[in-house]
Amino acid sequence: MRYRLIRRDHASTRAAVIAPLAALVLAMATSAVLFAIIGVAPGAATYALLVEPLADWGSLSEVLLKMGPLLLIAQGLAIGFRARIFNIGAEGQLILGAIFASAIPVYFPTAAGWWIWPAMMVMGALGGALWAAIPAFWRARLNANEILVTLMLSLVATQVLNYLLLGPWKDPAGFNFPQSVMFQWDAMLPVLFPGTRVNISFLFALVATLAAFVYMQRSFQGYQLLVGGLAPRAAGYAGFEESRAIWLSLLIGGAAAGLAGAAEVAGPIGQLQRSVSTGYGYAAIIVAYLGGLHPVGILFSSFLMALLYIGGDSAMVTAGLPVAAVRTVQGLLLVFYLGGLTFIRYCLVAVEPAGKPV
Amino acid sequence: MSAAEFILSGMLAAATPFLLAALGELVVERSGVLNLGLEGIMAFAAAIAFIVVYQGGGHMLAFGVAAIAGAALAMVFGVLVLTFRANQVAAGLAIGILGLGLSSLVGKPYESLTITGLPKLALPGLSSLPVVGGLFVQDAAVWLSLIATAAIWYMFRATKLGLTIRAVGENPHAAHAIGTPVIALRAAAIAFGGAMSGVAGAYASTVYTPLWADGMIAGRGWIALALVVFGTWMTGRVFFGACLFGALSLAELTAQAAGVGLPSQLLASLPYLVTILILGIISSDRRRMRLNAVASLGEPFET
Repeated sequence: MRYRLIRRDHASTRAAVIAPLAALVLAMATSAVLFAIIGVAPGAATYALLVEPLADWGSLSEVLLKMGPLLLIAQGLAIGFRARIFNIGAEGQLILGAIFASAIPVYFPTAAGWWIWPAMMVMGALGGALWAAIPAFWRARLNANEILVTLMLSLVATQVLNYLLLGPWKDPAGFNFPQSVMFQWDAMLPVLFPGTRVNISFLFALVATLAAFVYMQRSFQGYQLLVGGLAPRAAGYAGFEESRAIWLSLLIGGAAAGLAGAAEVAGPIGQLQRSVSTGYGYAAIIVAYLGGLHPVGILFSSFLMALLYIGGDSAMVTAGLPVAAVRTVQGLLLVFYLGGLTFIRYCLVAVEPAGKPV
Repeated sequence: MSAAEFILSGMLAAATPFLLAALGELVVERSGVLNLGLEGIMAFAAAIAFIVVYQGGGHMLAFGVAAIAGAALAMVFGVLVLTFRANQVAAGLAIGILGLGLSSLVGKPYESLTITGLPKLALPGLSSLPVVGGLFVQDAAVWLSLIATAAIWYMFRATKLGLTIRAVGENPHAAHAIGTPVIALRAAAIAFGGAMSGVAGAYASTVYTPLWADGMIAGRGWIALALVVFGTWMTGRVFFGACLFGALSLAELTAQAAGVGLPSQLLASLPYLVTILILGIISSDRRRMRLNAVASLGEPFET
């Protein structure tokens, strides 16, 4: 008896819901084996990863703090991914957003007024979008693969950040640490829940989710992008321009990542430093796929990914799990999910050796 | 030694990680599959190879184990895209992230430790030439990678296997119709590409810079991917591209040592900026890209 994948008549909604859950179970099971191999108690590590962060409001609020940027970036990326424009350089766009936003407090360290943090957010989105405009131009006008260009630009962005922090933007009173001055009060985002670090950028992410939902599910432009991804030729016949899809996808993705970067420096960090780039831009790719590239799904997947980050921190303390383990778990999660995704469109059927369905 | 001599003698060794990974990816892409996970596969195999050498296994064993590790990780990608017909871009990224994670995980206890590389072997006669002599003093792995380049060039140019791989990449349905096992051939290509990336990573961590540092592959897998596009899927051009990047990375070192008035961050970004620039120039020749690009690249095959 052999098994074959047969295309379903209709996409299975049940499989769409089960796939991410099954992926989580399989990824955690595989990770447990890996943890045991490297000498970490699997039970304690799994508990620390998935349960401990939910135990009290303090750590749950940290999960929400991490969830904000992941959610925001992933919503932007998913729009492009659905149109088959693969922006994998959100990390660089986030860095540029952080740099642009920091320009205000760095050059006007004593400025005061209600307008400062909003202006920084606008600058951040602008910086991210400008950085993403380079691959957009390269792809739309020069026909160059956007996957490679966006990735390369992320590596360049890291160097730009290093240059600024070691050179012109280094805090003169900062004991030679590679960081900018601490931002003034008016440059900081207001806190959303008193007593926690969750700030109003969490609301930006929720608004972005709503906007992405309306844009992708309800607007004609979103529909054009979707058709361009699913059936590029049909989109061409219908007169949907590919170059417009490229520009829209990259600019939206870049602006979202830039805004997330601005919210990091104006939020939990409070200055420009290297730790602004902690891999949110890469993790958001996983978040976008794990959420099925759907605005509502991404809401859940960003929470899960944030949980893994905070859980990773507590697992390091309580179970001695190395930080890199979290990245491995994330990779496994995506691997199993992509395998499970198949069952939305296909079902497994037993066939006789001759190849006929039973 | 002048700067030119320094670059000339070190160019091939610097080019080897790019070259091996790009050659493997060339075969994979020629068969119609895009594996974006090179960076992660290289990093994972580099860590494994380093551990083997550090534990006294020797370079030969390290390269073999790295090839197997690379092929194994690549086959996870292979199962995803061939058996489960997953999106190749997403699956490649997943493998890349997984490989980088595994690399940090297994390499952690070895952080900053060093080992010894490989001795240089000189071609008698040629190596005593003035100026270009250094080009003919290389370690065994470099000589082998040059042989591999020639072998792959010959395979695509003159053998049935090379023709079959190209046929599968250009039109898998036609190839299937005449009885070519499309899926099996692609699986073999993916495993081969993974093994090549594995050896590329092993060369980087155990010969070129024989020390372990997390993130030491530093974008080389991505540049290797770009090299396949630069080379418009031709073995000879991929080889020249790899040499160019080898020379560029040495030029960067020379410039840093000589203290030219440029910030070191600009020099460090140079390979990426050059990649972006060349990618734009080569890709904008749409006619030539269409002529050489693999027709079914990235498309899943279904009978």
